[in-house]
Amino acid sequence: MANINLIIDDFKVTVEEGTSILQAAEKVNVKIPTLCYHEDLCVAGNCRVCVVEVEGMRTLPASCAIPAEEGMVVKTNTPKVRRARKDIVSLLVSEHNTQCTTCYRSTNCELQNLSAEYNIDNETYMSVLKPDIVIDRSSWAIEKDDSKCIRCQRCVRTCAELQHVNAIDVVHKGKDMIISTFVDAPMNDVVCVNCGQCINHCPTGALTERRYFDDVWDAIGDDEKHVIINTAPSVRVGLGEMLGFPVGTRVTGKMVTALRKIGFDSVLDTDFTADLTIIEEGTELLTRLKKALVDKKKVALPMMTSCSPGWVKFIEHMYPDHLDHLSTCKSPQQMFGSLAKTYYAEKKGIDPKNIVCVAGMPCAAKKYEANRPEMRDSGFQDIDAGLTTREIGHMIKQAGINFLDLEESDFDSLMGESTGAGVIFGATGGVMEAALRTAYEIVTGREVPFENLRIMPVRGDEGIKEATIKIEGCLPEWSFLEGVELKVAVAHGLINARTIMDQVVKGESPYHFIEIMACPGGCIGGGGQPIPTNAEIRKKRTEAIYAEDEGKVLRKSHENPEIKQIYKEFLKEPLGHKSHELLHTKYRKRFRY
Amino acid sequence: MTEVQEKVRDLSEKYGRRRENLLPILQGIVEKEHYLTSEAMIQVAKELDISAAEVYGTASFYSFLDTEQRGQYVIRVCKTISCDMKGKNSIIKAIEDVLKIKVGETTQSKMFTLLETNCLGWCHKAPAILINDEPYTNLTPAKIKAILGDYIRNAEGKQKIIGDIQYER
Repeated sequence: MANINLIIDDFKVTVEEGTSILQAAEKVNVKIPTLCYHEDLCVAGNCRVCVVEVEGMRTLPASCAIPAEEGMVVKTNTPKVRRARKDIVSLLVSEHNTQCTTCYRSTNCELQNLSAEYNIDNETYMSVLKPDIVIDRSSWAIEKDDSKCIRCQRCVRTCAELQHVNAIDVVHKGKDMIISTFVDAPMNDVVCVNCGQCINHCPTGALTERRYFDDVWDAIGDDEKHVIINTAPSVRVGLGEMLGFPVGTRVTGKMVTALRKIGFDSVLDTDFTADLTIIEEGTELLTRLKKALVDKKKVALPMMTSCSPGWVKFIEHMYPDHLDHLSTCKSPQQMFGSLAKTYYAEKKGIDPKNIVCVAGMPCAAKKYEANRPEMRDSGFQDIDAGLTTREIGHMIKQAGINFLDLEESDFDSLMGESTGAGVIFGATGGVMEAALRTAYEIVTGREVPFENLRIMPVRGDEGIKEATIKIEGCLPEWSFLEGVELKVAVAHGLINARTIMDQVVKGESPYHFIEIMACPGGCIGGGGQPIPTNAEIRKKRTEAIYAEDEGKVLRKSHENPEIKQIYKEFLKEPLGHKSHELLHTKYRKRFRY
Repeated sequence: MTEVQEKVRDLSEKYGRRRENLLPILQGIVEKEHYLTSEAMIQVAKELDISAAEVYGTASFYSFLDTEQRGQYVIRVCKTISCDMKGKNSIIKAIEDVLKIKVGETTQSKMFTLLETNCLGWCHKAPAILINDEPYTNLTPAKIKAILGDYIRNAEGKQKIIGDIQYER
């Protein structure tokens, strides 16, 4: 590709053909403000905040939408440009609900930042905010407040390009244009998978997660309640970003101390049930393979993971006739909930009705999942509240904890012990890698043949990854797998899930086992993670996840001593009676359109 | 399949099931049904395998693709400056008097809907209106009352044949 030379603010820049002025400016550290631009998404060019002056051009072009050209002379900071930007931001503010003091996104809002930077007043343009806007709180997971929407359409592009769900779209036109659903129906009535990627890509407070932390504070303040929290692997590599640490810092020990200081009676680890998921799901896979290969029975293959509630709702809506491919295993969060109010309650001698089980998740869909009517196998609502990483960050701030200088501590027991295999659930490919580490060893008695247990083909940020593992030297009871080439695939981002599923529908899927995560990058890029999230941040969080794995003494789920204990004392055997009662679930067919 | 669903299927077959055929399909439905019901839009989404929100987003953008209930005859009175100066308000008043509805409303019989519209391009013969696809120009209150009278009589005639169209007078 040809190289293009141009000048931006007196800096000479050379870029590849097709690079936008905005991207070229980034290369020489010239920062141009943006609002509708997000590197995960296609260019929209509708907010105009990124305007610049180009020598020889009459008007100010939007730098995100104009490719750099040979010999271009660009000025990003002239009086004309500044006046234009100030006017643009002023006009956006005039349509915006400027009650920043009561906004959840205050101090983390792109419009607020720009408004402050450009010293916008309230007088140049009078407010034309529509007075009758009602916040949509119908969904368990997502709150939509149109009074804060600047119509940049990042959410619309997210839902279309990353997730291929198209739950929200641009409707009506002109001054009446809003981001809305089919016939402006409430969010819980439409085909929305609650992944929360729209929240993560929203520059303002128009889309936020439904908050539950006030309920959690109330429970903590209630002496009768035994409040426990389980935190997902991705929380410990994201939380630091909200509390003063650089991106990619592992704050596991500090997080545990902070949660204890907040007043949780027990701080436990979702990784424990991630390990448990591996045992149950791995056994389920081997059982399905046995049925197919030995008993020659018709059985749904490939089997697909069910840890990601966004993905689960996606397949329920989009492929309701193929739900038998999903593993019947509940997600680690829900396994945790049902065990907390049975096994944990029994062991600790606490009446389960007094246990409040909170989940700290990088996820918006987990809030929906916690409220699914299926998730009451303990006799109570298994998970009482799902919090996002962001909400936990808020709670730590509310509690006045100096997180930076906090001492580190370990998770409590019972259900606080985990292995590296549980940790890597946070990154795309992690569930697959964890499953292979265990399944291969069950079948052959040997470790997976990868250096230091790193199964590299399933790692990385490619949308769809595949791997083939030849099974050799089986133990006698697994001899039917001798020589079988186990084909697996990993997809993240629902648009990739669709590609995988279309193959399955056609009967052309060559795989035995597929891991799917709803969010790009897996849970580390989840809809409940700190904002912003972009490719570079996802990469750093992913590195942190794998570092956390390698820092663990135990890195295979079946070696977790608490897992051995729970099978010995409570569950008896994988896929056994108790497991079916508490750890497995059913799915429901939903409408696609 | 309901009648509407069959219509949408036929239109999809006629125009093709690609995303870019969304508009002609929607226009085809409006031509027959006068507006787009949720049922029709969902069926379009199914036929084209796109989300219902996308269908609604497209439909709600265009003034001539209504998503609210409309009568058999949609009257659109041009509200732009030339027609305004030539007395479009008196035309609207005359229509309101005859049909007993206000702008934006539909008669109980579902026969007529009264709307305002942007420029129809008939400025030289203002004031102008559209009834469905038919323009009427150089209007006076007396003229529009006569035109509406024709429509109503016509409908009366049809009523005798079909026997189930109700309208109010």
